[in-house]
Amino acid sequence: MSEALILTPQQIKRKKAAGEPIEPGEDELIRQHTITVLVENSIGSLIRVINMFAARGFNIESITVGPTDDLTVSRMHIVTTGNQRIIAQILRQLSRLVDTIEVEDLTGINFVERELCLVKVQYTPQSRAEIMDVNTVFRGKVVDITPNAFTFELTGPTPKIDAFINMMRPHQIMEVARSGRVAMQRNHFPD
Amino acid sequence: MRYDTHTKVHPVGPAGDALPTPSTEIVATRQRVSGAEVFLRSLQAEGVTVVFGHPGGAVIKVYDEMARIDPDFLHVLVRHEQGGTHAAEGYAKATGKVGTVLVTSGPGATNTVTGIADAYMDSVPIVVFTGQVPTGLIGNDAFQECDAVGVTRSITKHSYLVRDVNDLARTVKEAYHIARTGRPGPVLVDLPKDVLLDTAPFRYPESVSIRGYSVPRMGRPDKVARAARMIAESKRPVFYVGGGAINSGASEKLREIAQRARIPVTTTLHGLGAFPEDDPLSLRMLGMHGTWWANQAIQHCDTIIAVGARFDDRVTGKLDSWAPHASVIHIEIDQSCISKNVFADCAILGDAKAVLEQLDPLIQRKDTDAWLAEIDAWRQECPLIYDVDEKLRAQYVIECLRNKTGGDAVVLTDVGQHQMWTAQYFRFLHPRTHITSGGLGTMGFGMPASMGAAFGLREAGSDRPVVCISGDGGFVMNAQELSVAAAHKLPIKIAVINNRFLGMVRQWQELFHAERYSHTDLSDTNPDFVRLAEACNCVGLRATNNEEAVNIIDEAWKVDDRPVVMDFQVAKEEMVFPMVPAGAATGDMITKRIVPNSFV
Ligand SMILES: Cc1ncc(C[n+]2csc(CCOP(=O)(O)OP(=O)(O)O)c2C)c(N)n1
Repeated sequence: MSEALILTPQQIKRKKAAGEPIEPGEDELIRQHTITVLVENSIGSLIRVINMFAARGFNIESITVGPTDDLTVSRMHIVTTGNQRIIAQILRQLSRLVDTIEVEDLTGINFVERELCLVKVQYTPQSRAEIMDVNTVFRGKVVDITPNAFTFELTGPTPKIDAFINMMRPHQIMEVARSGRVAMQRNHFPD
Repeated sequence: MRYDTHTKVHPVGPAGDALPTPSTEIVATRQRVSGAEVFLRSLQAEGVTVVFGHPGGAVIKVYDEMARIDPDFLHVLVRHEQGGTHAAEGYAKATGKVGTVLVTSGPGATNTVTGIADAYMDSVPIVVFTGQVPTGLIGNDAFQECDAVGVTRSITKHSYLVRDVNDLARTVKEAYHIARTGRPGPVLVDLPKDVLLDTAPFRYPESVSIRGYSVPRMGRPDKVARAARMIAESKRPVFYVGGGAINSGASEKLREIAQRARIPVTTTLHGLGAFPEDDPLSLRMLGMHGTWWANQAIQHCDTIIAVGARFDDRVTGKLDSWAPHASVIHIEIDQSCISKNVFADCAILGDAKAVLEQLDPLIQRKDTDAWLAEIDAWRQECPLIYDVDEKLRAQYVIECLRNKTGGDAVVLTDVGQHQMWTAQYFRFLHPRTHITSGGLGTMGFGMPASMGAAFGLREAGSDRPVVCISGDGGFVMNAQELSVAAAHKLPIKIAVINNRFLGMVRQWQELFHAERYSHTDLSDTNPDFVRLAEACNCVGLRATNNEEAVNIIDEAWKVDDRPVVMDFQVAKEEMVFPMVPAGAATGDMITKRIVPNSFV
């Protein structure tokens, strides 16, 4: 993270007073960030991470945890929001925990992000075809069907999932389950 | 019992100003021994020489083994676990070593919470061992069960629940390593009873490896070079020095650099002693109750060189208007402190001493005469003064204590007005001679912490007197430890600045709450401090005027086999000035009793 982007109000004021340019909004812009954390695989370690967010008043939009290829290590994906200064603080506070092995902010670098969701929607003979059409467009899977409801499975970037759920809203959504996001940096092509 | 043993000589403790005591201890046994014994052998192998503790059901096996293995093991039976944690803090701060606390489960553990929080805020290395119900009962609301790890998670640097006796020695080793290194802090280790009863061969690990934990030391050379350039180019530089400088033993390097480059030095409350306050370059303490001239210097400087300090709100006041012209160089070991409150134009992550050593060869003599003259004018404009008349005043008592010791004493305070007056009037000369509760501001810290410090100095063979300066409110909060200090013949000098009020709160009530002294008058509930002292096998003395004050201090210094409690009955209406009201701008410092309307 570039240090120059982390501006406090005091710093902005100082720059203004000195007539120095400030990138408009760059420092104060509140953005979503996806942070990945490698942490010791124990409940205590996970709680410490989450507790840090709670105790310091940082925000968590979504969180996922799962083992990695090394079973003693878990990977967490945390989606949070904040301006540059807050995100920098979050990264530093995370790195400082004894049980965190690696902390990385994926936002701003090239990465793939996916979420999985299950949606149970009621259908009638009239709505059935339209519901199936939406599902086809989104390339979802039907994982369960009963005489009055479908259960769809859909994976993709979060906006796609949001859009799918929005399209289903006019019909009777019975239940939604979302996994939260997982992400991974794209590999570089070898030169 | 005989052991097949290996022995190992401990490396001398951490940085410069610390008082290390090398020891030779058993580091392995071939036989299986109880978890309790593994625990005690681990402490010995770690070089632990004193434990502040209190027994109970969950740790009874540890106490049993203690009596069996080593009847001379120095365990100090405190009379309240909170006192034990503060004693461990006092010990740690006075010696630079890690303080150790041992308590039972449930209420024993919860009683340590305040001390742990205090150590967390003030970066004090302590390890707290709490008993726990047997692993099979955890989660069952068993008798005296408390999720100690859970309760203390946000106030510990790290914590452990030991589930297997085979992990015990390694855990102890890691706990001390984490508490001591980097930015120091408290570590809690929860010990279920069955783990202490189980058996295993004892082997103390030689080294630790914790993959997620690394300790910064040297600063990045490019950043150091940049800092040196910024210092060279500055016209009005100031060193702003915090407790981190003392923790890393950076005082001497700091003094060399500041004196060579003629850069003035201001310190935080915890930085007191890092730079001798009788040096003309010393601006004394800054912040809410700091000196007018230190705060003016900050407001007008062009470069701040922060060393092991965290820009806390009691230092900066309103952030927007703090140090408006300054570029900031921040030398700091804890990355989370960098650019947290104040943006660092040049942040150097590293150990304060190591980074100053890197910086040292790059710093030339500077001409700062004009800047120093400007600061001197502020010094004349608003010196630290108080009324001297027939009334006994706290500031006078503190100056008398300073004269008696010549500044060569370890001074511990409690929290309140007396704490600020001590910071303002004692003029500290050496690192690790000023110990207080700053971050958490824990009333009841001073007395037990001075007991811990006294153990530390005794063990190091130092004859510096230990002086505790306390308020009448805070002293009562942990006065139970008096008889413990007496039992161990610790010659602590305790000055109770007795204004019969919760003075600091009273001050705010007078200044900001229309003089409604709601529940701050202690005259009906204060004990008779002289009789309290005597009841606890200490000497009790009282002074009500200036002359008596001088006399009882002389008398107190003649006592060398027990604590002395000096009850100084001082004027109650005295206030701490200068003062930056909470949340106000540093420029709007109140220098005397007149309060600007905007703060009422
Ligand atoms: C445990 C605790 N409770 C309450 C406070 C709030 N507080 C801060 S200073 C103070 C007054 C302390 O009075 P005293 O010990 O008599 O010292 P003085 O200010 O009079 O020197 C109080 C109540 C505190 N810091 N700690």
